[in-house]
Amino acid sequence: MAKIRMAAGLVVGLLLLSGALLAQKNSCIECHSKLEDELKAPAEGFRLDVHQQFGLSCQDCHGGNPAQDDADKAKDKTFKGAPKRAQVPEFCARCHSDSAYIRNFNPRLRVDQLELYRTSRHGELLKKGDTKVAVCTDCHGVHGIQTAKHPKSLTFPWNIPQTCGRCHADANLMKAYKIPTDQLAEYKLSVHARALFEKKDMSAPACNSCHGNHGAVPPAVKSIAFVCRQCHPSTGDLFSKSPHKKAFDDMGFSECEACHGKHKILPPTDDMLGTGSGAVCVQCHEAGSKPFVMAGRMKQLIGDFGSEIEAARSLLDLAERKGVEVSDPKYRLQEIHTLLVSLRNQTHALDLPDLEQKAGEGKSLLVGVRASAEAALREAKLRRTGLVVATICLILFALAFYLKIRQMRRRPGA
Amino acid sequence: MNKTLQSLWAYFDERFQLRALADFAKKKTVPEHKHSFWYFFGGIALFLTALQIATGIMLLLYYTPTVDAAHESVQFIMSQVQFGWLIRSVHSWSANILVGILFIHMFSTFFMKAYRSPRELTWVTGFFLFVLFLAIGFSGYLLPWNELSYFATRVGTDIAGSLPVVGKGLKTFILGGPVVGQATLTRFFWLHVAILPLAAGVLIGIHVLLVQILGMSTPISLKGKPVKEISFFPDFIYKDVLGWTLILILIGILCVFLPWEVGKKADPFVATPLGIKPEWYFTFMFTTLKLIPSHIFSFEGEKLAILGFMLGGALWLLVPFLNRRASRELPSRPYTVIGAVLLLYIVVMTVLTYTIHGL
Repeated sequence: MAKIRMAAGLVVGLLLLSGALLAQKNSCIECHSKLEDELKAPAEGFRLDVHQQFGLSCQDCHGGNPAQDDADKAKDKTFKGAPKRAQVPEFCARCHSDSAYIRNFNPRLRVDQLELYRTSRHGELLKKGDTKVAVCTDCHGVHGIQTAKHPKSLTFPWNIPQTCGRCHADANLMKAYKIPTDQLAEYKLSVHARALFEKKDMSAPACNSCHGNHGAVPPAVKSIAFVCRQCHPSTGDLFSKSPHKKAFDDMGFSECEACHGKHKILPPTDDMLGTGSGAVCVQCHEAGSKPFVMAGRMKQLIGDFGSEIEAARSLLDLAERKGVEVSDPKYRLQEIHTLLVSLRNQTHALDLPDLEQKAGEGKSLLVGVRASAEAALREAKLRRTGLVVATICLILFALAFYLKIRQMRRRPGA
Repeated sequence: MNKTLQSLWAYFDERFQLRALADFAKKKTVPEHKHSFWYFFGGIALFLTALQIATGIMLLLYYTPTVDAAHESVQFIMSQVQFGWLIRSVHSWSANILVGILFIHMFSTFFMKAYRSPRELTWVTGFFLFVLFLAIGFSGYLLPWNELSYFATRVGTDIAGSLPVVGKGLKTFILGGPVVGQATLTRFFWLHVAILPLAAGVLIGIHVLLVQILGMSTPISLKGKPVKEISFFPDFIYKDVLGWTLILILIGILCVFLPWEVGKKADPFVATPLGIKPEWYFTFMFTTLKLIPSHIFSFEGEKLAILGFMLGGALWLLVPFLNRRASRELPSRPYTVIGAVLLLYIVVMTVLTYTIHGL
């Protein structure tokens, strides 16, 4: 009886196991793994695909029956195959625009990508029949798609410039659209790229921060200022209070871009201000005009304050090299430097009296730091003088002992 | 001697038997020969210990042993307290010089076989004093609570934690918990200023007493040869004072030109900075642990190395009892060779610590 039970258990177990194996069977992967090049790529890439991680498989996008070994049977009437480029947005949107379906996997994931895409320059051109424009797979990949949070994803912040640049830096591809191809090269020189690539600052803007993601379009002249204000709100507020605001609006100038540029937004320097050859003010203001004089005065104010900070820093560094503890005045100097940074920002308001008052406050704080630095240097001098005096005394003391020892050596019986 | 001094002397002599002490000092002699230079390192170590105690007591006036205030209090000592920079720098520099002097003192004693009978206990107390001073150095290193000391302590206690059987418990006991924190700082402070100095004080007393009772050893190579003797007081002491004065000049120069830095305040939440090393006198062990293969046969390399150091330390302690030839006043060359190899190993490993990039 026990043997019969055991045999029955074995049969049931084998049946369950084979059922489970049959359920997991994926003939698409099995066959494509044996193929070469582009037919093999889907099977290779899908192993790392985010869809696979959520339990989805080939048939969820492409249809068919992966449980079948025979290729013809596997490609049954539900089989859709690979969509044409023009169909890709709708193909992906079958799931990604279905909030009820997406909620099963990630309730926070947006479902408006297709809607946004249709408003984008890419979407508009695709609608007109241009299949060279970017579709979902150009930015996200085909098989092996990762979420934007994955560092190897094409849409991870520090990969985005290169992803966009694959098309936008391609002169042949862009020729038909008559748009420049230097955006990526210029961006790489910018302060934003430095923050993103060198400091690995994820909040630094990449292409999509200013142009949008799925609804990507070049910002209009008037909207550039609003785009920049997303990260630089205080600068934007100051600018809005300045006389420049009305003048720029009247002349149809884009606010920030007029002085700072577009993709190649270099780290701002004090030389951008004033009346020198590198100053942006002279682009519009003639020599001798009131704004020209004001620009010169602002530059002088900021420059003088910056030089005084650097002079105090040099003194503190010197005292530190001489061994005096100066971390407290260095900390105070750092705070004053922060004030200088805020003053540089303040120049966007073109409020000279306010600038003069704040620079004056900073300079009075600097007096204290400078006094500490000078005291530290006096202390360093005092220490060296003290060392010389003490060393002379100790040498004399040692000499006296040495002579005494010699005298004792010479005494009879020693 | 004037009258007041004479009467003072008489007063204290009556109560403390000073005359007997003075007579002992006058009668006591010390051998003087071509190797007697090495005798002075013991006296210098004693002088530096006194300097440690004096400056340590002064630092206690301002130091605060809490994780929130320790670094700030050291910064205050260095920047605000009158001569605080000097006191702390003397304390730190003389501590490091002291360990160096102890190494010299110990190895010179080893090479001259001064540990041989009847001075075995002088060696044993000296060995434990050496270990105690290393422990005082290790505990004191954490007290400024800066980045370097914090992570070096973490690395050091991790090594203790990797000891077989007792490691985990020992690490928890040293740290006062699973990580370096307030409990660690409290017990390191307590060890540094009270327990370890007290233990060292008792051992120094016994060590010096043994030196006074047994006198200084004459090297075996000079046995049978006429050896000059000089009086302990004042001849030997005068020479000692001369040595102390020279060391004091050196410390003064170091303190003025290279005052001991305060460093950046420790932040337990940042990753361990690259190139964190323990204090120089632990680096030969640290580098050994870094360079040893992860597995030697089926044993973990690191654990094997730690066991090796412990075994080596035990053998080093027992040298006076193991070297039977020396106790019979016979030359024992193998011991000299072992000492030379060990010294070379320590020097090479220490140099490697500071020359191998990314260790």
